[in-house]
Amino acid sequence: MLILECPCCGVKAEETELAPGGEAHLKRFGPGSSDAEFETYMFARKNPKGVHFERWRHAYGCGKWFLAARDTATLEVFGTYPAQTTEPPAELIAKIQAKRPGWKGWK
Amino acid sequence: MRRYSVFALAREALRYHSGWGKAWASPEPKKHYDAIIIGAGGHGLATAYYLGKNHGIRNVAVIEKGWLGGGNTGRNTTIIRSNYLQDPSSAIFEKARALYENLSQDLNYNIMFSPRGLLMLAQTHHEVRGYKRTVHANQLQGVTTEWLEPEQVKKVVPIINLHGPRYPVLGGQWQARGGTARHDAVAWGYARACSDMGMDIIQNCEVTAVRQENGVVTGVETTRGEIGCKKLGIVVAGHSGVLAEMAGFRLPIESIALQALVSEPIKPVIDIVVMANTVHGYISQSDKGELVIGGGTDGFNNYTQRGSFHHIEETLRALVETFPIISRLKMLRQWGGIVDMTGDRSPIISKTPLGNCFINCGWGTGGFKAIPGSGWAMAELIAKGEPGALAREFDMWRFKEGRFIDESVAAGVAH
Repeated sequence: MLILECPCCGVKAEETELAPGGEAHLKRFGPGSSDAEFETYMFARKNPKGVHFERWRHAYGCGKWFLAARDTATLEVFGTYPAQTTEPPAELIAKIQAKRPGWKGWK
Repeated sequence: MRRYSVFALAREALRYHSGWGKAWASPEPKKHYDAIIIGAGGHGLATAYYLGKNHGIRNVAVIEKGWLGGGNTGRNTTIIRSNYLQDPSSAIFEKARALYENLSQDLNYNIMFSPRGLLMLAQTHHEVRGYKRTVHANQLQGVTTEWLEPEQVKKVVPIINLHGPRYPVLGGQWQARGGTARHDAVAWGYARACSDMGMDIIQNCEVTAVRQENGVVTGVETTRGEIGCKKLGIVVAGHSGVLAEMAGFRLPIESIALQALVSEPIKPVIDIVVMANTVHGYISQSDKGELVIGGGTDGFNNYTQRGSFHHIEETLRALVETFPIISRLKMLRQWGGIVDMTGDRSPIISKTPLGNCFINCGWGTGGFKAIPGSGWAMAELIAKGEPGALAREFDMWRFKEGRFIDESVAAGVAH
């Protein structure tokens, strides 16, 4: 069972308390953007077999959104961090690089 | 290939079944093929079969990293139906359903197609309106479906509880020629027919890179060496994103786990397929007597072929309240498969940014029913280089241009 520690309230929440929210760190595009930009924002997804950054909400807990780094091939959780950021914390990236030497990075 | 027939059966019965040959050959890969299909599941094998049968292209290899039909082809709940709302969907799914009708004869392999009837329960007023609309649309599309009132539902599936604790049964959408088939046999039958046409089926051979020159595909690198090709078809379901990355493009696809389970075998209690989309439970009974049960997908990306436990509980809760008679049954086995979900829940059968490279993916939670039609359309696309009538609307650029085939809001789909 998937267990994520909510960085907002500190509770170790199991999956039934959480609501998944898809890929994290998507760049939003608004009015005036090109078709290609809208497609990238709305539909194109990295869908990696490996390290994945994603949005979660502590739905049946504090109710707040947060972000998590997880391996989609092993279900290992690398860590969670607050959603008020545009990129993963350096410390988490270093931790993932140590565990996954060939990792291509989060972008 | 030695044809299977009643005479073959009698002959082998008289000599202790010592004369049955292998159903398909397992050759070493050649250096070069006219076409390579990556993925020996139902869709990949059907693509190869119709390439040979309809278009005369027989110098073909089907490459599979695991074993034949060991992915989603062997992991689904074998439901066949074509009661979709949108015209392009119902066209390709009805083509597939129609091909299933004669597939055993066509392949000389018993796929046990059983058009036992398929019922989609309407349990909210929204669903009643949605399914009635789909029935009308199906009539215009030439797909035979009809609306059943609750008492008619009770007649076709007597074990149902019409007045469940959460959602009453308000009616149902009935497709009399929907049903099931034996999923493994579909893969095996196509493989045998492909092998008979001289195609190479290469198992335990994983593609590690896609080779290209000047924007045109030239071959693949595999764990069993390099193999050249003029045309490449990628038909790998859950791993479509991984193969697309090798070929140098991205897809509007996310891979997630979908689970199914079977109960202990019991005497016949249900002789049709029932789908309850509001509460997420799908049920039919196999010839062995097991109840074959499908449920909902996980909400997060996953490549592990393991799903979350609480989805099993949700599915069984839904089925127990709909069919109280099964409440004491033990469940025997549970498994997961990785399904490839697109943004509009419709498949992609498309040319790609890489020349002579074609992709067939995005069948999501409902690919088994489409296997013959999907292979038919994909073979046409690969052979001619341009999509035919069945595949035309399913190109990957529809997401950029806003031409969605929106089955995620149409009531005809389960996910």
